[in-house]
Amino acid sequence: MIVALETSCDDTCAAVVERDGTIRSNVISSQGVHDRYGGVVPEVASRHHLELVNDVVDDALRQAGATLDDADTIAVTRGPGLVGALLVGLQTAKALAAARRLPLAPVDHLLGHVAATELRPQAFAPPFLCLVASGGHTFLADVRDPGRFEVLGSTLDDAAGEAFDKGARMLGLGYPGGPALQRLAQSGDERAFDFPTAKGVAGLDFSFAGLKTALLYAIRDLGEDEAAARRADLAASYQRAIVEALAHRVERGLEATGHTRLALGGGVAANGPLRERMSQLPVELAIPPIELCTDNAAMIAAAARHVAPLPYPEYFGLDAYATGEGGL
Amino acid sequence: MPERSDGPAATEAAGARLVQTLRPGDVVLVSGELGAGKTTFVRGAARALGVEGPITSPTFTIGRRYAGRVPVSHLDLYRLEGLEDEDPALLADYLTPDAIAFVEWPERAGTQLPATVHVRLEHAGGDRRRIEVRQP
Repeated sequence: MIVALETSCDDTCAAVVERDGTIRSNVISSQGVHDRYGGVVPEVASRHHLELVNDVVDDALRQAGATLDDADTIAVTRGPGLVGALLVGLQTAKALAAARRLPLAPVDHLLGHVAATELRPQAFAPPFLCLVASGGHTFLADVRDPGRFEVLGSTLDDAAGEAFDKGARMLGLGYPGGPALQRLAQSGDERAFDFPTAKGVAGLDFSFAGLKTALLYAIRDLGEDEAAARRADLAASYQRAIVEALAHRVERGLEATGHTRLALGGGVAANGPLRERMSQLPVELAIPPIELCTDNAAMIAAAARHVAPLPYPEYFGLDAYATGEGGL
Repeated sequence: MPERSDGPAATEAAGARLVQTLRPGDVVLVSGELGAGKTTFVRGAARALGVEGPITSPTFTIGRRYAGRVPVSHLDLYRLEGLEDEDPALLADYLTPDAIAFVEWPERAGTQLPATVHVRLEHAGGDRRRIEVRQP
């Protein structure tokens, strides 16, 4: 049994997961305090993690009907993310592991998103193509074996979730932008505006900077009143452009790799129109439940099964990292 | 006298030209609206300083640090409301004497940032931008 912690951004997460991928508990404590800041405040995030982390771990164990004596490994996100936030999880995990002389598995957050599909009952195992799109990351991964992936393309500028957040802010919506923009878009015409989908960007990389500019110009050209009157159309067209931009790269990626199986991960996978669009592709599609797409500790446990754990006490000097391999 | 840019490549080139005048310890504040090309400008500058690999928006993590011929720090304060609630050490890892630092959305920090250069990017229709560089 693995006890996992994840504190890379603004959610404090702990989970208890069996070696076969069965989730016994998956606790996520969101920091609602960020809504009024329109984003993450690193210092506030770290302080809240510190206040919440012990209770969240206790909750996860209680819900699983387990104690630390049942654990064979402690797993924790080491990066990428906000370093101050990561350190709270990392130091807590070290203390938990050291208290029981357990091994510690340091896990890359991005591998966690890729491994989320392996959790039961879905249990979708490699090989597959994986699109991970969240507020901080957007990349396409070739996953041939469990525990490893090759990045085929990633964003050249903004992450898809960031594009949602910034578009939402231009349209006067709150944070997080994705759900608010999707709600507004429901009553709009997605063909009303022809926003760019970065078709000109070659290969499997993503780009959302041009789209952001296009929305800004559309709002400016319409004028304040007309833009306000057509907010739903703007939102629907903007959302469609993000979905199409993601879908084009996925289609190219399937063609380039020959994969016939596709998995989604990251918070943007919660977007309705994206799920709809992906479900129309001629592939075997796996989208984990939303609570396993957004940041969570169960996915860290899933990935930890493929990571060589450090035996006690070799992990004491382990440090967090903000940016992963290749700048991701 | 503001420069004109006719697209992302020219904006990157403007960033590359600026670094010829910079030294370690310099802090470049890069202002402009969403989509004005701030990250594009910084990418050009970082490339000219020998940074390889993706140079993407640091909005999510607030800061990134790259290894070039000199260390390059890339900060984005977009998600901060201000620096009042922040640990003063938040930026200390990035604004170091050995590094050239670029700061997007510097307005979020009020007047607390030590700046050597101010860059302002403005939309001028389509892919065109006005780029103003002020060096004291």
